[in-house]
Amino acid sequence: MSDMDAVLVTFTQEAKELLGEMEESLLVLEDKPDDSETIDSLFRAIHTVKGSSGLFGFNDIVAFTHEAETVLDQVRHGEKAINDQLISTLLNCRDHIEKLVDHCIESSDQALPDELVSAGEALIFQLTGKQADDNSLAVLDENPESTVLEGMGEPGDLSNSWIIALEFKIDAFRMGVDPLSFLRYLKTLGDIQKVLVLTPELPEGGEFDPESCYLHCKIAFVSDEDKQTIEDVFEFAEDDCVINILPPNSKVEEYLSLLENLPDLHVQRLGGILLEVGVLTKNDIARAVQAQTISDEVNSDDTKPLGKILIEQQVVHPVVVDGALKKQEKIKQKVAVEANYIRVDSGKLGQLINLVGELVISGAGMDLMVERHGLSDVEEVAATMTTLVSNIRDTALELRMVPIGETFSRFRRVVRDVSNELNKNIELQITGGETELDKMVVEKINDPLTHLIRNSLDHGIEPPEQRLQAGKPAKGIIQLNAYHDSGHIVIQIKDNGAGLDSEKILAKAITNGIIPEDHNLTQQETFNLIFAAGLSTKAQASDLSGRGVGMDVVKRNIEALRGTVEIDSVPGEGTTFTIQLPLTLAIIDGFMVEAASERYVIPLSMVEECVEMNSGEWAIDEVMNYVNLRGVAMPYLRMAEYFNAERKAVSSDRQSLVVVRSGQNKAGLVVDELHGEHQTVIKPLGKVFENLRGLTGATVLGDGNVALILDIQGLIQTATKNG
Amino acid sequence: MTINVKKQGDTDTQIAICNEMTIYTALEQTNALSPHLKAEQTLQLDLSDVSEIDSAGIQLLIYMKREASRLNKQFSLVNHSQAVVDVMELLGLVSFFGDPIIISSNGNES
Repeated sequence: MSDMDAVLVTFTQEAKELLGEMEESLLVLEDKPDDSETIDSLFRAIHTVKGSSGLFGFNDIVAFTHEAETVLDQVRHGEKAINDQLISTLLNCRDHIEKLVDHCIESSDQALPDELVSAGEALIFQLTGKQADDNSLAVLDENPESTVLEGMGEPGDLSNSWIIALEFKIDAFRMGVDPLSFLRYLKTLGDIQKVLVLTPELPEGGEFDPESCYLHCKIAFVSDEDKQTIEDVFEFAEDDCVINILPPNSKVEEYLSLLENLPDLHVQRLGGILLEVGVLTKNDIARAVQAQTISDEVNSDDTKPLGKILIEQQVVHPVVVDGALKKQEKIKQKVAVEANYIRVDSGKLGQLINLVGELVISGAGMDLMVERHGLSDVEEVAATMTTLVSNIRDTALELRMVPIGETFSRFRRVVRDVSNELNKNIELQITGGETELDKMVVEKINDPLTHLIRNSLDHGIEPPEQRLQAGKPAKGIIQLNAYHDSGHIVIQIKDNGAGLDSEKILAKAITNGIIPEDHNLTQQETFNLIFAAGLSTKAQASDLSGRGVGMDVVKRNIEALRGTVEIDSVPGEGTTFTIQLPLTLAIIDGFMVEAASERYVIPLSMVEECVEMNSGEWAIDEVMNYVNLRGVAMPYLRMAEYFNAERKAVSSDRQSLVVVRSGQNKAGLVVDELHGEHQTVIKPLGKVFENLRGLTGATVLGDGNVALILDIQGLIQTATKNG
Repeated sequence: MTINVKKQGDTDTQIAICNEMTIYTALEQTNALSPHLKAEQTLQLDLSDVSEIDSAGIQLLIYMKREASRLNKQFSLVNHSQAVVDVMELLGLVSFFGDPIIISSNGNES
């Protein structure tokens, strides 16, 4: 049973992925309705869902997806045009399939609830109701040709005909084979357009033996049957007749599209591929292989490829062979690529990274021992170990890196649905989707991003009339961008809407008692107020956002990821949210410092510079509470005093200033000693310490001691307030 | 007898084929017809009594037509029976023989 469960989990995962693909394709189609590649991938997605549902006996899913698949198949063959309405319906179908999948997984033994059944029926009606109209058109399109052919007149164009060549052997009559009977039987399968009776071997004069067969036939035949069925007609004559069946030219396209859609499961031989799409029958292949063997024996240096022989034997069109060879090549490549991927439980990766973390710690411990005991001969080995460990660390972390694009694409649907709901015309532009970051971070950033985007949709972008009045294009644009910046990933959400109204924010904040009336806030600080709890500038709260909760949660969530969020807004031109996140949550390059015999780790990427006390480059102004570094004033904190208020710092000449930066803000941290770079495995602090300011975690040092990891953002804020 | 010589002359010989033209009668009919084809300048085959014709029969007719043209003789078919017409149409040989086919009133045109 547990085996089955595991398989079901895989099924659900796969189905969800495919539905995601489907959604993406549909949204692409909205912009590019003629993109055949997207239509194909849409079709493949739904086809695969149907297939794997069938495998599990989820007949409800199969029945429903079948309808959608049929419609998509028509689209694919150009029999049905894709339009906005169809895309909406298909999006609804996608959601419906998702519900069906959920139902099948959660309560597979129960019948489908009524509302799902009726929703499904309604969707099928929407899909196929139109299908009936379009179908009649398609039939009309096809008909003229076949009616002309039925007229039995001169067959104008043989491109729709199978060309069947029959070369009866001399003993055919004696074996009881009558070519006429095959023709009569053939007639029941389709329409014989033309027969050519050839008698190239008919002897002259008295050599004619009336009981020998000298007849050869070429038959142009129109039929919807496949090649195997047609060949079966001549099954009885197989031994007394050389049969060649060349598919009609019009079939070539069909074969090519079949080839195109052949599942890329495993590499097949050329013959196998052609057999699968029905271009060849087993007999064709047997004959070709036989010919290949014979030519091999005759001319052993040069084996003719099977494709060439098949073309020479005129059982297949060269185009089809080319197509099949291309497909074969593609599958080979794909299989090669696929073989490089393994699906791994992310829990296992987490375990690996934990172990690597422990390895880093004990590696540091070893280094310490080596140093302490002065084992110079071990030093070299230890150094190599350290390098290797840090390589392993990087590789292990990379394993969890995923491109953020998938998360971004999900917002297309959000933007589409919400803008329809609000009657706004909004386009989402995505850039930098290939930027990678830790899967854990990706998962956790999803909610805050959704909130910010909804916020932009709801509050940022104005309704079209208002935009036009303001002299802006009716279509609003939200840009989602991601890029790497010094060990961080930066995600930007930029809209070209109305921008933040600082007057309104201030008024609201004063009413709600968040700030005093005699505030002295800068523009930036005013903007930051929207992250304060209990502030919503929109008079009317909507479903989407603006209930006054949310933005504070967004900020908290981002900060929990050791990230920052900044706002930039120009009235009338739009608002930009910039989120900065660390690439990973597990291990960082840290910079270790010491103050009052306690060790602290600062994330290396946030360290701007270190300056020694006696260098004369900086001086503390105790009165004004700022540090003057080469003529630039910045807030500062004495680490020793900050964390151990009662213990007065041992004022020594050896104090150093570490300049840290977070976003645009800088501050100086005064410490006693600098220990340099340190690979830091982050151990989260327990719940008890959740509200500690200035610390984000701890790490275990090589000697077993604990060092605290500083929350630089928090410290900078504290320092700024003090100043 | 599988053939019946209805009329014989130097310029105009008419032979009627009796019953069937199949693999079973082909040898006999060939042997019977060949001397006529060699001897006479004009040979006309009456096919009205042909109740059944198969590939061997058709092959024989093709052979006769070929031989006649090789030997510069006149060879024609008349009074095609329905069975013959059906087969000739099926094989698309009507124009090869080039003889006017009179469709009998009870025959079904296919």
